[in-house]
This record gives sequence, C-alpha cells and structure tokens, in this order.
Amino acid sequence: MLIRYRAREGMLAWAFHRISGVAIWVFVIFHVIDIFLSGADPGAYDTVLQIYASPIGRLAETLLGAALLYHALNGLRIIVMDFWPIFTRYHRQLWYLNWALFTIVGLPVAFVILKPIFGQ
Amino acid sequence: MTQRYSRSGSVRPTRQGSERTVWYIMRITGLALFVLSLSHFLILHVLYDPKDQTAAFIANVRWSSLFWRANDWLFLTVVIVHAVLGIRIVAGDYLNGRSRTAVMTLFYLLGLCLFAFGTIVVATLPQPPA
Ligand code: HEM
Ligand code: HEM
Repeated sequence: MLIRYRAREGMLAWAFHRISGVAIWVFVIFHVIDIFLSGADPGAYDTVLQIYASPIGRLAETLLGAALLYHALNGLRIIVMDFWPIFTRYHRQLWYLNWALFTIVGLPVAFVILKPIFGQ
Repeated sequence: MTQRYSRSGSVRPTRQGSERTVWYIMRITGLALFVLSLSHFLILHVLYDPKDQTAAFIANVRWSSLFWRANDWLFLTVVIVHAVLGIRIVAGDYLNGRSRTAVMTLFYLLGLCLFAFGTIVVATLPQPPA
C-alpha cells in the first residue's frame, strides 16, 4: 500500500510522520515509567539503565532518535506550509531539504551513540 | 476551494470551535517540542552518555538545578498534550462511534497517569545535600 498507490513524496511524508509519531508514543510510556523508578526504586532504575547502555539498547536509541528527528523536521515543514501557504508549492523540495538536514545532523549523532559498541 | 491542501498534517478547520483550537494546539506544542525534545536527546546522548545516567546522576547532576526540573516538567506536560491529541487524530482515521470513544478514554487515562508519575518524580526526587 505504501509504494503501490501513488507513493509520491506527500504520501510517504504522511506515512512516515504517522509511524514515527506512534513509535515515539510507545517509547514515552516506557520512559516516563523508567524515570519514575529513579525515585521510587533507584536500584531497579540502574538495572534498566543497563539496557540503554547495551549494544541493542544503543541501536534502539539510534532508531528512536531517527524517528524523533524525522518527525520534528517534517512537523516543522507542515507548520511552515500551514502558516505560509506559498510554501505548499515547494512541499517536495522542502521534503528533500528535510532529508538533507536529517542526514547532516543524524549521521554524526548516530556515530556518537553507536561508538561505544565498538569499544571506543 | 476554501481549504488549502496541506500534506501530511490535518487541514485547518474552517470554522471556529474546539476542533480548530486543537489544530492550533498541535502546532504550538509541536514548535515547543522541536526545541525541548531535540535538546533533551542531544544532552543525554552527545553531552552525556546513557551508561553514566544512574539514579544518582539524575539527582546530583541533572535535577540538582531548579531550572532543569522546571524544563523537564514543561517538556513532560507538552509532550503528553501533543501525543494524546496526536493519537486522537490517528484514532479518528481508523475508528468511529463507541470504539473511538472507548479507545480515546483509555488514552486520556494513560496520559493522566503518565503526567502524574512524571510530575511526582520530578517534584520529589531528593536534592543532593548542598
Ligand atoms: C519534535 C517536535 C515535534 C513536532 C515539530 C511535531 C509536529 C507535529 C505536527 C505538525 C503534527 C500534525 C498535526 C495535525 O495533523 O494536525 C503532528 C502529529 C503527531 N505527532 Fe508530533 N511533533 C513533534 C513531536 C512529537 C512527539 C515527541 C510525539 C510522540 C510522543 C508526537 C506524536 C504525534 C502524533 C501521534 C501525531 C499524529 C500523526 C498523524 O496524524 O498521522 N509528536 N506532530
Ligand atoms: C533514549 C534516549 C533518551 C534518554 C537516554 C533519556 C534520558 C532521560 C533522563 C536521564 C531523564 C532524567 C532527567 C534529565 O536528565 O533531564 C529524562 C527525563 C525525561 N525524558 Fe528522556 N531520554 C531519552 C529520550 C527521550 C524522548 C525521545 C522523550 C520524549 C519525546 C523524552 C522525554 C522525557 C521527559 C518528558 C522527561 C521528564 C520526566 C519527568 O519529569 O518525570 N526522553 N530522560
């Protein structure tokens, strides 16, 4: 469905925005609970923390960061087009601009997060 | 054509009312989250590393200042408002009638619970002895 039916930029932008929004939701549920544990049961919190610091945890955080960055940039693009309709003409160019910013900001951050996996 | 075509976000409701207010709230909270969530992520992954973020680290480093407690509480509030209203848009696309009301009631309750848990910890985690 994603690619067959006129998978133009506008539709992909929408699908990714929805998927990333829901994915971040799921994380926030766990996250508020784990931060709550830092007060309620610091020992349990420190155990959960080891997941965050593990290789799989780091991979998941990188994906989470990617979802967050995409949603943030595309959300800004939506807002810009809503308040300055002239930009709707360039919605496709703006989407490619998002991916450029996503790559420029995302790659170095992903590198920093993943580096410890390789013992650096 | 009175309505503009807005890709990947909802179209602004033409009539005044609560739906339009919600539309604006999604955008205002989105702008706030752009700053709050990206700065949060960068602070906790680039400035610091998750392996150091023990409960003691939160109490002694992050939440030793009232500024960061207030910042995180604002972040908590804004993210829950945006996420609950966001999921309301999603639920509206796939459900209707009673099932939509039931699902949204669960999400409102979940939002309230998260807000309560988050507020309790940010307000009560002991300060380090000065
Ligand atoms: C980082 C900054 C963010 C910006 C700029 C942003 C912006 C937006 C905008 C403009 C919309 C469209 C609203 C509409 O259609 O009326 C939206 C939808 C949504 N956002 Fe965000 N948002 C951000 C962060 C988040 C976070 C952290 C979450 C999750 C906890 C989230 C969850 C959602 C959901 C579930 C939707 C509905 C998606 C849909 O309709 O397909 N957003 N966001
Ligand atoms: C995996 C990446 C993340 C890590 C390691 C992390 C870590 C932390 C830590 C250590 C705190 C304690 C306070 C502080 O240091 O500021 C915190 C609080 C918080 N985080 Fe995150 N965070 C991450 C991602 C996120 C994301 C993506 C969101 C939301 C979109 C988020 C929302 C929050 C909120 C709302 C609080 C305050 C909780 C409260 O007041 O109870 N975090 N986080």
